[in-house]
Amino acid sequence: MTTLTGSLRRRFGRTNALARVPAATAVADSDEVPPVDIAANDPLLAFLQSANGPVDVEALELDSPALAELKLAGVKLAVPLVSQGELIGVLNLGPRRSEQEYSTDDRKLLDNLAAQAAPALRVGQLVRQQQAEARTRERFEQELEVARLIQKNFLPRELPELSGWHVAAYYQPAREVGGDFYDVIPLADGEVGFVIGDVTDKGVPAALVMAATRSVLRAFAQRLTDPGAVLRQVNEHLCPDMPEKMFVTCFYGVLEPTTGRFRFANAGHDVPYVKTAEGSVELRARGMPLGLMPGMSYEEKELVLHPGDSLLLHSDGIVEAHNPAREMFGFPRLMAAVAEYPGGADVIDRVLSDVRAHTGPEAEQEDDITMVTVQRSASSRDPERMLAEFEVASVEGNERLALDRVAEAVAALDLSQPRLDRLKTAVGEATMNAMEHGNSYREDQPVRVRVLHGEELVHVLITDRGEIPQVGTAEEPDLEAKLAGLQTPRGWGLYLIKNMVDEFREITDADGHTLELTMRLGGDDDR
Amino acid sequence: MTADSSTAVRQRDGVAVIDVVGDVNAGAEDSLETAWAQATVDRPEAVALNFTGTGYINSTGIALIVGLIAKARARGLPIRAFGLSPHYREIFEITRLADFLAISPDEDTAVHGMGESTDG
Repeated sequence: MTTLTGSLRRRFGRTNALARVPAATAVADSDEVPPVDIAANDPLLAFLQSANGPVDVEALELDSPALAELKLAGVKLAVPLVSQGELIGVLNLGPRRSEQEYSTDDRKLLDNLAAQAAPALRVGQLVRQQQAEARTRERFEQELEVARLIQKNFLPRELPELSGWHVAAYYQPAREVGGDFYDVIPLADGEVGFVIGDVTDKGVPAALVMAATRSVLRAFAQRLTDPGAVLRQVNEHLCPDMPEKMFVTCFYGVLEPTTGRFRFANAGHDVPYVKTAEGSVELRARGMPLGLMPGMSYEEKELVLHPGDSLLLHSDGIVEAHNPAREMFGFPRLMAAVAEYPGGADVIDRVLSDVRAHTGPEAEQEDDITMVTVQRSASSRDPERMLAEFEVASVEGNERLALDRVAEAVAALDLSQPRLDRLKTAVGEATMNAMEHGNSYREDQPVRVRVLHGEELVHVLITDRGEIPQVGTAEEPDLEAKLAGLQTPRGWGLYLIKNMVDEFREITDADGHTLELTMRLGGDDDR
Repeated sequence: MTADSSTAVRQRDGVAVIDVVGDVNAGAEDSLETAWAQATVDRPEAVALNFTGTGYINSTGIALIVGLIAKARARGLPIRAFGLSPHYREIFEITRLADFLAISPDEDTAVHGMGESTDG
């Protein structure tokens, strides 16, 4: 009996009393014996559960592995510890030190002891169990918080301001953070990439895969122009390291804001919709989710988003939201909503409201909900249309190519002959300026020319690789000074440009140095 | 670059007429220099630049014309121009070339010195 207390404390520290009942063992002459667990299907368990007081182990005959083990360990008496009708442990006793049998009084004493110890032991077990559960909950919450932080840090902090467009986004993680993500990526030539994706799984693993996908996609979006090629490369990079049973659905589209052209590819993500004058249109393109298997190709499609059109990218948290009858919100409802509601941020609010009405106001959000809308302005002031975009090599005389192509591009516009001549001269001079000062007449550094048609005006943008503004540094030509030999006979370029067009602007940015020439259509020809 | 321009010099009523054909740009420099030398060798009464056959003049071409005006002024030689399209006439005015080079509507007017710039 000397080791009884110590053995009890140690053995009953376990929390799996319901499935496997631990049996505290106190055996004389042997202070430490292996603990004996009684399996849930062991007949000894049922016997002890229903036993009325201490059980004589040696006399017991049962086909029980645990009983055999107890006998082998030298246990003489097993005292069931029962609390509220539930067997929560067994007090096992070895032979008495006096080598006498346990007397009736001993057994009564032990029975009383068990009756008093069992509830106390049960309380101890419950406290430990609750503490363990609290620790598990805390760890879970901490993990969720980490997942939320990762998600939050990898979502765009702000959305781009695109002239003639309105971009809006909504992201609401479920309590158990899912793997939704979206991104808006500024690309070369003023194009903008739009991404929406969903990683299978939840919590930190999903957040980490989401972060990796986003980073890889961002990198390839800058290097490749075709959305299908971007997804193909992202897939190749994700495949080797993708955890088992995880994959990423992802839609990627590239918008040309000046024309409304939208090229896209889809890696198994929910099909986006476009609200058009005729109703909802699905943007379907074939492609397997990312990270499943290498060597996949992604179909690429395109359409033009016309003034008033509104694109909705969405995640499955919307269509898979259930009502109390376990019916999903579904694609048909969402498609009808896109057709019916105004586009842009309005459709986000209205769809959210519909989803809440479907699930019921008290329902917990089942999955992340993400929506991104891209709406082309329908106002009278339409965004600009690209009439031409080309490059000319920085070779002396090539300004003629540029001005001829610009003239060709604007031929159908309402530009009088005098104003067309002025525009051509300005384009020629700006191109010369770019070839000479921006690109130092290096043949491998072309000058980029873009011709845009806006409302009642035409813009010509001429871009070189130079990083230094030139307008401010140019000397105003003074003919008398030139004739007197005080100024170089040259230096007329910028002066001519300024005098030929209605507006003139110099832009220096990451793309290089651009001269923007503006000519109003139907303008006054008199000078 | 290849020269897309050519010049020819002829004398008419004591005036040297330089026919400028094609583009007036960097490629025209040598041709214009030669024509100028040829036109002024016999000390003409004036030099008239004929732009009737000219399709394109850029800022480098303007600089070349500025050079010719400077040479003419240095010699006290009147210099005139004719055959300019309305667009290049506008450019000659914007750049003030028209202040130093009398712009005439046609060859006859240019040769006979009518409409000559007072400043020229």
